[in-house]
Amino acid sequence: MAAVVQDLGWSALRFVDHLGKLGVFTARIAGTVCRPPVRVRLFVQAVFDIGVLSLIIICVSGTAVGMVLGLQGYNTLVRFGAEQSLGAVVGLSLVRELGPVLTALLATGRAGSATAAEIGTMVATEQLDGLRMMSVDPIDFVVTPKAVAMVAAMPLLSALFIVCGLFGGYLVGVGLMGVDGGTYISSLQSSVDFVDDVAGSLLKALVFGVLVGLIATYRGYTSAPTSAGVSAATTSTVVVASVSILIFDYFITALWGV
Amino acid sequence: MPDMQPHSVPAAARDDSHVEFAGVRMAFGDREVFDDLSCAFPRGKISVILGGSGSGKSTVLRMIGGLVRPQAGHVWVAGEDVTRLSEVATYGVREKLGMMFQGGALLDSMTVFENLALPLRERTALGEQEIAAEVHQRLGAVGLSDVDDLLPNQLSGGMTKRVALARAIMLRPVILLCDEPFSGLDPISARRIEALLVRINRDLGVTIILVSHHIASTMRIADRVLALLPDGAVSGSPTELRMSTDPRIVAFLSEEVDEALALTDVPVESMPTGRRA
Repeated sequence: MAAVVQDLGWSALRFVDHLGKLGVFTARIAGTVCRPPVRVRLFVQAVFDIGVLSLIIICVSGTAVGMVLGLQGYNTLVRFGAEQSLGAVVGLSLVRELGPVLTALLATGRAGSATAAEIGTMVATEQLDGLRMMSVDPIDFVVTPKAVAMVAAMPLLSALFIVCGLFGGYLVGVGLMGVDGGTYISSLQSSVDFVDDVAGSLLKALVFGVLVGLIATYRGYTSAPTSAGVSAATTSTVVVASVSILIFDYFITALWGV
Repeated sequence: MPDMQPHSVPAAARDDSHVEFAGVRMAFGDREVFDDLSCAFPRGKISVILGGSGSGKSTVLRMIGGLVRPQAGHVWVAGEDVTRLSEVATYGVREKLGMMFQGGALLDSMTVFENLALPLRERTALGEQEIAAEVHQRLGAVGLSDVDDLLPNQLSGGMTKRVALARAIMLRPVILLCDEPFSGLDPISARRIEALLVRINRDLGVTIILVSHHIASTMRIADRVLALLPDGAVSGSPTELRMSTDPRIVAFLSEEVDEALALTDVPVESMPTGRRA
């Protein structure tokens, strides 16, 4: 019993320790964002790695999720004779919840893990120490462009996911189930509000981008300089970021009603 | 007879190319690497750090560069105690240092040219033409050409070492740190690196501190040798070490030789092979 309590205590201490270090790490990133030089080329390269290389997975997943929503939504709505509301069901589900959350989870699995592994490998092969010895701050040169690119790319990826999802829902609802196309679009238009739904959705995606960007770069930057360390950093990035996304999703929804 | 270095050096002597350790204690977890290390690396000389695996040779270099901090003691580099400096202030000291890492530590997402141009782009106001000229001058100095567009993973071990050395001297450091510059190299490549280091030292007056396992190379190029022995550090000139009757040094030098001979004495027939039934 005493050992269990002791383990719990150590776990709590480690958690607080990590939180403190993550706070300092975040402050250092914020500091490099606020002062020159602006590393445009590295930022664009990071946006390409994180955003452009995720396009296919986002489009395919978004379309598939939209198709499932269309099918499930139609089967449920038709029982109440409300199939003309399919556009609203698909649109609100995607815009308010599924779009930003699933995009963040997909981006964590594809780009977040890759970011942690890349930085972790740079730690293991002394590339970050090499930068330090040239008086180049690795936070400024390596970490910040990747973290900021994640924040910038997430709302765009989320928007693309939603558009693909709406298309998938239209495909199934209108193409397969025979819902009128005009009804689908007008139901969507009348139910989705720009400020409440779309702007809230982008806010969620932005917060998730900050979370994934910080966790992925922090885990990579603090990984042990071994292959096992890189592996552990990659795994913990996916686990911690995924759980954080779901927890933050609840709080954003509860506090702001998005 | 090798002499132990003095434990402290007058402040006036702590100039830009002088490195001194005073009472340094360093441990990684439960494993203590140094208990009370005190030594000095003279200005404008080639100093070689010798020692067995795990004796803390690379840690000495990393402490000089401020990459790791000791638990106690002082490390004076270019007139500054790097153990007392903030991370930002340490960058100021590092501008006087160049470091060649054991594995090269070249940025693997960048070409050779970009790796070499990086310190110039970051730390100087030179234009692209001047940077290109400087990069090619350094590549020529280490005997490389037509490697601009190659990525680090397309280089051989010897080429990686030479590119790493070229990058380490890009900003004309006053102190050059080299971690195992001869390891994994064929004898010709090792001799080429040796000659390069001697030229850098003699022509540019750069203080060189290097870590090595190679007794032969060490004895050829070193002005001073610091031997990290299990019961403390001993330093002296190569001749002093060779002539030493101190049983610790005799044992250390003979052990290094014995280890090398032991490997060549293993009969091939006794080596395990997965192909045999």
